[in-house]
Amino acid sequence: MLLSILPQVLVDGLTLGFMYAVVALGYTMVYGILEFINFAHGEIFMVGAFVGTEVLLIADAMGSLEGMNPYFALILILVVAMAVTGALGVGIERVAYRPLRGAPRLIPLISAIGVSFLLQDLVRFTEAVARNEFYLNSPILFNGSVNLGIATIPQKALIVIVIAILMMMILSFFVNKTKWGIAMRAVAQDQSTASLMTINVDRVIMLTFLIGSSLGGATGVLFAQNYGTIDPYIGFILGLKAFTAAVLGGIGNLRGAMVGGVLLGLLESLAGAYMGPLTSGAFGAEYKDVFTFSILILVLLFKPEGLFGEAVKEKV
Amino acid sequence: MALLELKNIHTYYGGIHALKGLSIEVEQGEVVTLIGSNGAGKSTTLKTICGQTRAREGSVHFNNQDITAMRTHDIAKLGIAHVPEGRRIFPKLTVRENLEMGAFSVTDKQLIEEGIERAFKYFPRLKERINQKGGTMSGGEQQMLAIARGLMMKPKILMLDEPSMGLAPILVEQIFEIVTELNREGMTVLLVEQNANQALSVAHRGYVIQTGEIILKDDAESLLANPQVREAYLA
Repeated sequence: MLLSILPQVLVDGLTLGFMYAVVALGYTMVYGILEFINFAHGEIFMVGAFVGTEVLLIADAMGSLEGMNPYFALILILVVAMAVTGALGVGIERVAYRPLRGAPRLIPLISAIGVSFLLQDLVRFTEAVARNEFYLNSPILFNGSVNLGIATIPQKALIVIVIAILMMMILSFFVNKTKWGIAMRAVAQDQSTASLMTINVDRVIMLTFLIGSSLGGATGVLFAQNYGTIDPYIGFILGLKAFTAAVLGGIGNLRGAMVGGVLLGLLESLAGAYMGPLTSGAFGAEYKDVFTFSILILVLLFKPEGLFGEAVKEKV
Repeated sequence: MALLELKNIHTYYGGIHALKGLSIEVEQGEVVTLIGSNGAGKSTTLKTICGQTRAREGSVHFNNQDITAMRTHDIAKLGIAHVPEGRRIFPKLTVRENLEMGAFSVTDKQLIEEGIERAFKYFPRLKERINQKGGTMSGGEQQMLAIARGLMMKPKILMLDEPSMGLAPILVEQIFEIVTELNREGMTVLLVEQNANQALSVAHRGYVIQTGEIILKDDAESLLANPQVREAYLA
């Protein structure tokens, strides 16, 4: 019995995990360059979910969603959401973080938390005015499922996994092989020397926010497509989990964020499905986060730098 | 007008008056050295030129352009390659990537490849290490990489900050030979050194800096013979 649900549990875990992973990339990229946790990143993810869903709802209201190729519709909402959240991320950096760059570390962190609240309330307000409610039900583009023999996978879950993997591959190529990607790593390692190489550090930071935020926004679209219902507060808990994933993998490390995200999603899904039966109901699925975060604490106890992180040497 | 000209520069570090009315000129094609003891203001001078620290007073001109208030990356674009103290190579980038970053402002891929080939001509050791991470190399190799990286932008002036620091004598010898060779091919060099003997032996002219002020300037041979210099820096 327990084993028969395993494929389903794994698929759920992977779907969730790949979403954590892509959002975690946004945290880790910014941290790698500025050593700063962009706590508004979860809200950027949320904005992406709303933008994508609104585009679908508006298209639906105009009658143009019917008969639209679902792949085209998906690409359309991904592109729009990525453009909006990318610009949003760049704007937030410019207005809320850059003026504080020389300040003590806590200051931009507080600023980020402020931006978080602002975005939540802005979305809530806008939706309340426009639709009289701030929970949205997204039209789902892919309702079918794919039979893989051992398990039947919903198409929408497959879409999440495939798009997430594609985005991670493109990001890896960009960071490892292109001139601006290498410049990004150079700036992460030594800003002042990078500027001696004619690299405009501010522009690299902007680019980092652009990419990280648009990836976060795209994940919001995937989230809405997978779970159907969104509200202005979905960014909080998912952002927290994705941040955890980034720490688990080693903050600042891209591969770490990817592996950490997928691992966290799988652990959570497995804990949710099996903790109840295995403890004869003493600890049910509602304890899944306790289990997951216990694992995190254990990992950090023995490897504080995270799975893929390098032990930090104090800078002289 | 000189290629690089610092006029009456005053720079402060917090409350410390680090440069006190410093003036330096470097002519096209020269090797000029700035010597002085630790903390005299040598590195601050180079940082002021490339905009990493700001002069509170005075001006920096390069190639007939006032660069005093320009941003570091824009100053570098004018053709000022600064090889910083402590080499500062990117430890987690490969040798090749480090070199490519040196050529960040170069858009022609062909030129970048030629630059890399040229770097290997001066520093054959780097060729064997091309795919190795910069941080895993020895100090001497890192210094070679730092200089090679500086040359990638085809600069009009090469500013070297203590290239001999922490290196074995044979490597120091090698680095200074390369400076001479680069100069013979037309490169203008501003060399900051504690190792006054070596620096003056490759330079045309020299400045002696002490607590933020130029106390002596002369051609290199005269400085080498100067009893004051000999006592303070060559003993």
